[in-house]
Amino acid sequence: MAQAQASKFKNPVVNWIDSRLPIFTMLDHEYNHYPMPRNVNYLWAFGAIAGIMLVIMIATGLFLAMQYSSHTSLAFDSVERIMRDVNYGWLLRYVHANGASMFFIAVYIHMFRGLYYGSYKAPREILWILGVIIFLVMMGTAFMGYVLPWGQMSFWGATVITNLFSAFPIVGDPIVTLLWGGFSVDNPTLNRFFALHFLLPFVLLGLVILHTAALHVCGSNNPLGIDAKGPQDTVPFNPYVTLKDGFAVVMFLIVFAFFVFFMPNYLGHPDNYIPANPLVTPAHIVPEWYFLPFYAILRAIPDKLGGVIAMFGSIALLLALPWLDTSKVRSCKFRPIYRQFFWILAIDALVLGYAGAMPAEGSWLLIARIGTFYYFFHFLVLLPVLGKLERPLPLPNSISEAVLKGAHAKSMEKA
Amino acid sequence: MAQTTHPPGTGGHAASGDGSNRRDFLYLATGAVGVVGAASAAWPFISSMNPAADTLALASIDVDLAPVAEGQAITVTWRGKPVFVRHRNAKEIEQAKTVNLGELRDPVADEARVKKPEWLIVVGICTHLGCVPLGQKVTDPRGDFEGWFCPCHGSHYDTAGRIRKGPAPANLVVPTYAFTSDTKIRLG
Ligand code: HEM
Ligand code: FES
Repeated sequence: MAQAQASKFKNPVVNWIDSRLPIFTMLDHEYNHYPMPRNVNYLWAFGAIAGIMLVIMIATGLFLAMQYSSHTSLAFDSVERIMRDVNYGWLLRYVHANGASMFFIAVYIHMFRGLYYGSYKAPREILWILGVIIFLVMMGTAFMGYVLPWGQMSFWGATVITNLFSAFPIVGDPIVTLLWGGFSVDNPTLNRFFALHFLLPFVLLGLVILHTAALHVCGSNNPLGIDAKGPQDTVPFNPYVTLKDGFAVVMFLIVFAFFVFFMPNYLGHPDNYIPANPLVTPAHIVPEWYFLPFYAILRAIPDKLGGVIAMFGSIALLLALPWLDTSKVRSCKFRPIYRQFFWILAIDALVLGYAGAMPAEGSWLLIARIGTFYYFFHFLVLLPVLGKLERPLPLPNSISEAVLKGAHAKSMEKA
Repeated sequence: MAQTTHPPGTGGHAASGDGSNRRDFLYLATGAVGVVGAASAAWPFISSMNPAADTLALASIDVDLAPVAEGQAITVTWRGKPVFVRHRNAKEIEQAKTVNLGELRDPVADEARVKKPEWLIVVGICTHLGCVPLGQKVTDPRGDFEGWFCPCHGSHYDTAGRIRKGPAPANLVVPTYAFTSDTKIRLG
């Protein structure tokens, strides 16, 4: 029993390690020979892009943390010191602050890709659910990070969001006190948010590893939404996908760099350069753009508890998505009716986001209400019903047949 | 069950048929003790997040009302929160008193919210999601009921600090306070 496993690697050092801890065999299997459907498009690169973003956030965050002070009397000034005095501090901070936005852009595209191509359907339900959990933890991390610079938006964002929990009867107020560690958002709150903001990205890293492990059990979906049936339908991960993903990452980083170097404060809010003042609420408080659709849902409901439930519900709903969608066909390509509703949902999300940035009065409130209604209608009514009523287009027999159009595919299959 | 899984030669009595029941019970009992143990171990961690003794001990504060003229309002900080002190004029008191309680979302008579009718003292935190409502300055918007208006999500409070319109569920909170003289109060 107690014998090293045989390893196929030629390099003696690699071989020695691998026969004791088969990590190279694992990497070789999962990232070299790993079969990818030959027809995946650039939307499949956003998982890799999100992964790179997580690494960038952890790296810049770690070095910011070396300069940052999480005390209410020092926090704002320590961030200004990072901006003015610390070598390349401005770069670290702008990459970190804009990186959060880019991370969300990547993840939102990644999620809508899943929605369009039905990637949440069997057998990928757990993969999808892990994704939704990642999204939730990301939102928590970003929220707590935004509190750290201790500007006006930090303070009032923290106040409004922690107060959400006070909507729940009986347990609400004790929960809020527990979150604050006091009678209002104050020094104990800032301290614990810093500790959690440091911890959660590593929790995310663990979740991402589980997410990829679940992915590699059944393999990637593809634009046709049909299963790969053999080697003629796939290409090895390396070099095909490593290069394609690599190119997409570079393109994405160019956009990222444009924000960092040319409009680093465009996505932020100027009020956050005013130090936190517990006695004055800014006239118009808004969360970061990536929370706006959910903020619109919160404000659309004229009841405190109702608004909070709708907001959390709009995300919790995604956990049940694999069972809400009753259609067996994955890709929108073959679902002519659902495809149109998909785009309406995408527009609905944008409209909600816009309404979330506007004052909750008059016609914007009405628009937010219609948008909220439609969001829930889409998931709770349209998806279950459409799956039963819609007549999907005929599916191709195989990926290679559809992609290579006939003759060539046949010869490949024989080979 | 127990007969087939039990290694030979270790305690024959377990093979006597009721052994599996007994073992199930032991598993459950051990599990239950484990859960209780884990919960009690978690308690100090959770409890440490609640307000610490020094935070709780935040002293009460004295406020001198003498400089606040009729129609004026001041904001003082107490336990890290703003407290609104408003010197109401006759019209405002009248408005607060004559409201039909049946129309209120959180019905409380004006008399129950003040110690002296001209002094309204409330915690200046919107009961919706915790913003500080506007209305302390004469130039501020005071909402449809001439008390306070919260710009965050549009809650209107009246001249007794009661919620009248908008998403907030409850009236502005009246803190514990006492008049220590005719023109002085102690908060807390
Ligand atoms: C999932 C990954 C992460 C996200 C989404 C995220 C998000 C954010 C955001 C939105 C801010 C506010 C930026 C601003 O307005 O200035 C921030 C600040 C900060 N973050 Fe992170 N962060 C992540 C990872 C990390 C990690 C791993 C660390 C430490 C190891 C860290 C340390 C900090 C520090 C010290 C600040 C305050 C300095 C500043 O405001 O720039 N972050 N984070
Ligand atoms: S916090 Fe005042 S209306 Fe929402």
